[in-house]
Amino acid sequence: MQDAFFYLFAALTLLCGVLVVWNPFSRNPVTSAMFLVLTIASMAGLFVLLHAFFLAAVQVLVYAGAVMVLFLFVIMLLDLKEETRRKLNRFGLAAGVISVGALAGIIILTIGKSGVGANLNPQVEGSTRSLGKMLFTQYLLPFEVVSVLLLVAMVGVILLSKKDLK
Amino acid sequence: MSLTPVGLEHYLVVSAALFCLGVLGVILRRNLIVMYMSLELMLNAANLALVAFSRFNNDLNGQVMVFFIITVAAAEVAVGLALIVALYRKRQTAHVENLTTMKL
Repeated sequence: MQDAFFYLFAALTLLCGVLVVWNPFSRNPVTSAMFLVLTIASMAGLFVLLHAFFLAAVQVLVYAGAVMVLFLFVIMLLDLKEETRRKLNRFGLAAGVISVGALAGIIILTIGKSGVGANLNPQVEGSTRSLGKMLFTQYLLPFEVVSVLLLVAMVGVILLSKKDLK
Repeated sequence: MSLTPVGLEHYLVVSAALFCLGVLGVILRRNLIVMYMSLELMLNAANLALVAFSRFNNDLNGQVMVFFIITVAAAEVAVGLALIVALYRKRQTAHVENLTTMKL
């Protein structure tokens, strides 16, 4: 049963990922963004299958919610109509597909030969309770530093979006 | 892929395929926004690999790492999109082939 769900979510993730990068029906960035939302949502399903419940929730809230709203907001702000008319360069397409396909082949063959995943009895549960305990004891300093990083990003964005950049 | 019980390898293969899709997007698409979305795809592939390793090695540290990656990615998206908007305001384009000021 779990295996069936894994194949379902993995297929959905990869299919929507392909449609983000190369959609035969529409070249509109909004379509790409919508398929990216679907990719991220089905990836949250994979996280649930891996018992990472907290991260699945964070993935949906932060990525599918906040980040994608930001993306859509910027797409609407810019005028990207010319993108829908542009064609992909044929030579570039062939070269890119071949080189990235070779890269994918190397990585996947390496995974197959390395013999990882001998442990078929995983027990760890990524519940909010256990993750929160780690975040507020062992990882307290990185947690606080990340909040400073978010503040820095906020100040930087405000500075960048001012009318006259000096 | 054979229909063996789903283990670490299966998740890693999905993660590798997703990462390669992201690379392909950055190489093929010439629109800054779509390239940026492909970058997000690559980050997500790394997250999936880390969560899978964390689950199958019985070690919660990997999931804490993913938590931090998601936070940093959110900050990165905000800054990057602000840069794209500032660039668009100056040059009226989000297409990389029109942004060749630094070309020698």
